[in-house]
Amino acid sequence: MPDATLDRARVAGAGVDATRLPGLLRATWLVAHKDLAIEFRTRTAFFSALVFALLGLSIFYFAWDPTAVAAIDLAPGVLWVIFTFSGLLGLQRSFGVEQADRAMDALLAAPVEREAIYLGKAAANFLFVAGVQVIAIPAVALFYNVPLGNIWLALAGIAVLAALGIVAVGTLFSAMAVNTRLAELLLPMLSLPFFVPIVMAAAQTTSRLLAGRPEAEAWPWLRILLGFDLVFVLACTIAFPYTLDE
Amino acid sequence: MTTGTTGRDDAVRIAGARRAPRALMDSWILVAALAVIAAYVRVIWFTPTEATQGLAQKIYYLHLPAALNAYLAFGVVFVTSIVYLWLREERADRVAEASAEVGLLFTTVVLTTGPIWGKPIWGTWWTWDARLTLTLFLWFIYAGYIVLRGAIVEPSLRARYSAVLGILGALLIPFIHMSVYLFRTLHPMPIVLKPSAPSLPPEMLHTLMFSFAAFVLVYLALVRARYRLSVERARVEELEASLEGGR
Amino acid sequence: MEHGSELPVVEAEGLVRAFGGRRAVDGVSLTLRGGECLALFGPNGAGKTTVLRLLAGLLAPSAGSCLVGGVSLRADGGRAARSRVGLISHASMLYSALSARENVEFAANMYGVRRPVDAALRALQAMRVADRADSPVRALSRGLQQRVSIARAIVHEPQLLLCDEPYTGLDEAGSAALTEALGERRAHGAALLLVTHNLSEGLAVATHAAIMRRGRFVRFEERAQVDGASYASAYRELVTADA
Repeated sequence: MPDATLDRARVAGAGVDATRLPGLLRATWLVAHKDLAIEFRTRTAFFSALVFALLGLSIFYFAWDPTAVAAIDLAPGVLWVIFTFSGLLGLQRSFGVEQADRAMDALLAAPVEREAIYLGKAAANFLFVAGVQVIAIPAVALFYNVPLGNIWLALAGIAVLAALGIVAVGTLFSAMAVNTRLAELLLPMLSLPFFVPIVMAAAQTTSRLLAGRPEAEAWPWLRILLGFDLVFVLACTIAFPYTLDE
Repeated sequence: MTTGTTGRDDAVRIAGARRAPRALMDSWILVAALAVIAAYVRVIWFTPTEATQGLAQKIYYLHLPAALNAYLAFGVVFVTSIVYLWLREERADRVAEASAEVGLLFTTVVLTTGPIWGKPIWGTWWTWDARLTLTLFLWFIYAGYIVLRGAIVEPSLRARYSAVLGILGALLIPFIHMSVYLFRTLHPMPIVLKPSAPSLPPEMLHTLMFSFAAFVLVYLALVRARYRLSVERARVEELEASLEGGR
Repeated sequence: MEHGSELPVVEAEGLVRAFGGRRAVDGVSLTLRGGECLALFGPNGAGKTTVLRLLAGLLAPSAGSCLVGGVSLRADGGRAARSRVGLISHASMLYSALSARENVEFAANMYGVRRPVDAALRALQAMRVADRADSPVRALSRGLQQRVSIARAIVHEPQLLLCDEPYTGLDEAGSAALTEALGERRAHGAALLLVTHNLSEGLAVATHAAIMRRGRFVRFEERAQVDGASYASAYRELVTADA
C-alpha cells in the first residue's frame, strides 16, 4: 500500500514540488523585479515624476523672493515637499498595472504569501522614489545655489528613511485607491496627512544640517522618522491582506 | 410585483410601511438638546466671566468639550475598526461610520470656535497652536475616511478599507502630536493666555464638566441616530436587491 | 487514462459564499478525479465565476470546505492548494509591457517550477506561440494574447485547471492548441472545470456536465448520460426562466 503522504505529492501531473514554493523574500524579489522591469520598459512614470519634480523646483524658485528668505532657509522645505508630490505620482501607478487585464487575479492565485505582493511593490516603489531623489537633490543644490555637497551622506540617509515611510503608506493606499471610484483623488487625500511627520522631520533635519548646527539637534527629528518607519512598515504589511477580498 | 415603477420605490414603501416616521424627535436627541441648552444657559448667565479674557473666554466651554468628544469619537472609530477586522461584525462598521461623521462635525466645531476665541485674545485668526494643529489633522483623517467610504459602493469592501484607515489614522495621531510639539518647542510662539484646568475656579470647572457631559450626550444621540439611518439604508438596499432578483 | 492515486483532485463540500446578504454560491459540493472534466453551464449571475474563484483561492468561502489535491484551501494560508491550480479567464492577466516569455517565466518562478526558463518555453510551444515569445504582449493580437495567457496557466503543470470561457477570442489554430493542451493535462491526470456559455464546446470535452442557477447545482450528471439536443432545450428553458 503506497504511503499516503507520498501519494499526495505524486497526485497526477504535479509539476510543482510544494517544498519549493517561493518564500516571502524570494516572492518579494520576484514581484519587485517584475514591477521594475515593467517600469523600465515603459519609463513614462519615472520620467513624468522626474519632470514634475524639476518643474516644481523651478516654479518654487520663481515664486520666491530672495531678499525676503535666504536660499538656505527655503531649500529644505521645497526639497521635501516636492519629494512628496513626485513620490505620489509614482505611487499612483503602482497597482494600476495590476488592474489592466486583471493581472492581480494571477498574483492572488499564485502560491505566495499576500504580504509578498505588498512588500514587492513597496520595494519597487522605493527604488522609484529613490531614483527621482538622486536627480532632484542635486537639482536643488543647483537651482538654489545651496551647498549640499558636504552633507550629502546625511542627506542620503534622510532620503532613505523618508522614502521608506512614504512608500510604506503610499503602497498600501495605492492598493486600496485603485479599487475605488476616485482613485486619483483618494491616494493623495489619504496619504498626505501621513506624509506630514515625514516631511517635517526630513525638512527640519535638513535645515539644521545645512545651518551647520550640532547633530544632536537633529536627533529628535530623526527619532520621529525612524519610529514612523518602523511602525508603519509593520502596520501596513499586516494591514495589506485585510484589503484583499477574502 | 410591478415592473413599471423602480424597485427602489417599492422597497422604500415596504420599509416605511412597517414603522411610524420618527426621525428628528427621538428621545435621545431631545434629552441631548435640552442638556446643551441647559449648559448654554449656565455658561452665559450662571458662570463668572474670566477677568483677563472677558466674554470671549466663554466659547472655551464649547471648544474644549467639543475637542474632547472629537477625540472620543475617533477612539471609537479606532476600536470599532479593530473589532470589525477581527470579527467581521457589520454593526461595528456601522458604529464606526456614525462615529466618524459625528466626529467630523465636532472637529469642525473645534476648528471654528478656536479662531473665534483666538482672535480677540491672540490677535490673529489662526495660530499653529499644538492642540489646534492636531485637531486640524484629525479633521483631515476624518475627511479622508468619509470620502473613502463615499467612493466605495460594495459594503464589505467599504467596511474593510475604512477599518484599515481607521486603525492607521489612530497610529498617525501620536506622530503628528510628537512632530507638532517638537516643532513648537523649537519655534516658540508668542505667549498666549490659556485657562489651564487645575487653576480654574470651581464654578468654571463645574460648568466645564456640565458642558462636557452635555456634549457626550449629543455625541451618543447623534451616533445612535446615524447608526439607525445606516441600518435603514442597508435594509432598503437589501429589499431593492431582492426585488431585482425576483424579476 | 490512469487515475494515479485514489485521491480526488477536488473535493468541495457545501461551499457557500455570501456577499453582504446575498449568497452567490449557496451550498455547492463536487468531487472531481484526475482526467475528468466538468463543464459548468448556467445563466449570468448563477454563481459559476464565484465557484471558480473559490476553488482558485481568490475568495474564501463563507462556509463549507474544499480540498485540492488532498490539501485544504485553508492550510498554510492556502499556498499549498493554490500551487496545484491553474486559472484561465477571458481576461488575460498578463502584463502588456512585458514580453510573452517574461510573463510566463514570471508565473513559472512564482510557482516554484524547476528550470523556469525551459518550462516557460515548453508552455509557449504547446500553445504554438513560441515564435512571438519576445514580443511585448501588447503587440500581440487578442487571440495570441489568450494563447500566452493559457501558457502562463499551464506552465506549472497544475492538477486542477479552472477555465472561464477560455475559448474566447481564439481562432481555429488557437482553439486546437488549447484543446490539445487541455487533453495533455488530462492525460497526466489533471482535472478540468470549464465554465462556458457554449453548450456544444463544453459538452465536446466534458466527462461531466452541470447547470448552475442561483448559486446551486440544479443538474449534475455524467456526460455519457446526456443527450445533446434535450440538454440544450432543458438549458434554454432554465435560462429563460430567469430572464
